Parts: sequence; structure tokens; C-alpha cells
Amino acid sequence: MGMRCEEVWRDLSEYIDGDLNQDQRVLFEDHVVACRHCTAVLDGTHNLIRLYRDERILSVPEGLHDRLITTIRGTR
Amino acid sequence: MSLVGPYQRMVHATALSLTGNKDDAEDMVQSALLKALCHLDQFRRESRFGTWLIQITINEVRMRKRKDRRVEMIPIGYTAEDDMNYVPKDFQDWREIPSEALERAEIRESLVKALAELAQHYREVFVLRDIQERSVTETASVLGVSRSAVKTRLHRARLLLRDLLAPGFGLDRLAWNVREVRRPWE
Repeated sequence: MGMRCEEVWRDLSEYIDGDLNQDQRVLFEDHVVACRHCTAVLDGTHNLIRLYRDERILSVPEGLHDRLITTIRGTR
Repeated sequence: MSLVGPYQRMVHATALSLTGNKDDAEDMVQSALLKALCHLDQFRRESRFGTWLIQITINEVRMRKRKDRRVEMIPIGYTAEDDMNYVPKDFQDWREIPSEALERAEIRESLVKALAELAQHYREVFVLRDIQERSVTETASVLGVSRSAVKTRLHRARLLLRDLLAPGFGLDRLAWNVREVRRPWE
């Protein structure tokens, strides 16, 4: 028997992290291929992980290194 | 400084993603690195040096929030089951976002802001697992929670973040219009 949307949402993170076994993965993918809502949820979640890993999101501000050196020298 | 210098970017990313504020993040980086340099003798070699620095940074952020009385408590009656049964609220088609979009400051700021909207216990797990790419075991050890708590909180954090970002990253890509949430059963 196939999976329902609620079961796909519940297993979403385990699927992304590769923690589902072979049978679960096949059921998961069979459902997602046929369900545009679950495809949207899965794609969006993949996208946000990729975005947050991009170094430009949390880039180091200009001059931080110099300010750190000054602070550390000042406290020693 | 040469010892912790290579970890500046990682410590800063951790602090900024946990505080959501550039000035607070820089304060946290300074105090975390100073603390690390002062307590180098306490570093246990069974953990990675970078993970130890992340742990110090998280503790600094927690201490600052306590000091500012901004501590977020986990609600009474909360269970891991609640995290696993989270129902997505937005089903817009969210396709690949072009990498050039990240050149736009407002997009980067929106991502940082969305993260800051998560409750602290979700934010910490997301930062460790999905931004710093630490293992479930390392994350559990840094936060002092079980491996299963890491997994359930990460699951909820990802879906919450997706719901927060989907309205802007949906059909009219990156327009950042707040649109009505559409549910498939409505």
C-alpha cells in the first residue's frame, strides 16, 4: 500500500538525511513523484538547506578580524 | 589568535544564525573566542576543535539571552511526537532559486530573519546539523540532548523554516509578497 501525504511529511527529514531503508525510500519516492504538494514540500526543504549552507548568507563582516585582534590584545 | 583565526567564519556564522543580529553576533564572536583562548586547557581532544568552539559560542548566546531575560522555554506538554506530526502550511511550488539571488542583501537578510523566528531549541539544532554540518551524535553531545531529540527537532525546524520562506520563494520568485496560504484540502 502506498504512503499518505501525512506519512511523507513525517518521514521527510529521514529521507533527506538518507536514514530510510530501501523499502521506505521506494514508497516515499513513489508518492512524491505523483503528488505535487509533497514535491513542493520536499523541493523547498532541499532548497532551504542548500541556501543556508551558502557562505554568502552568513558572511564575515569586513574588518572583523582586525577588530578581534584589537580586542584580544587589549585583554591580555 | 593564529589557533582560532581559521575558525572565525564558522564561529561568526554560528553566532549570527543564533542571534539574527549583526552587532550581537560580533559581540558573541569576540567573547566566545576570548573564552576559548582563556580555557584552551579545558579542550578535550575527543571532540573536534571546531565543535568545541561552536559549543562555547552556543553557551555564550544562551548566557546573553538569559541576561537579557530573552530565554525561550519549551512549552509544557510538548512532545517529540508534536515535532514529527508537523503539518506543512504552504504548498507553493518552490523551485530552484538562482544562485545570483543570494547576491541580493534583502534575500540574505530574509534568510537570517527567518532563522531568528524559530524557537531557540529548533534554531540550535538547525544551525549545528544543516549549517555547520555536524553529525547527529556531535549535535546531541553539544546540546546535551538525545539523538532522537536532535532528529525530531531538526525535522520540525526544517518544515517551519520552509513555511516561513515559501511565501517569498514561491510562484513569483523572490518577490517577497506575503500571499494567502493555500492548503491542498481547502
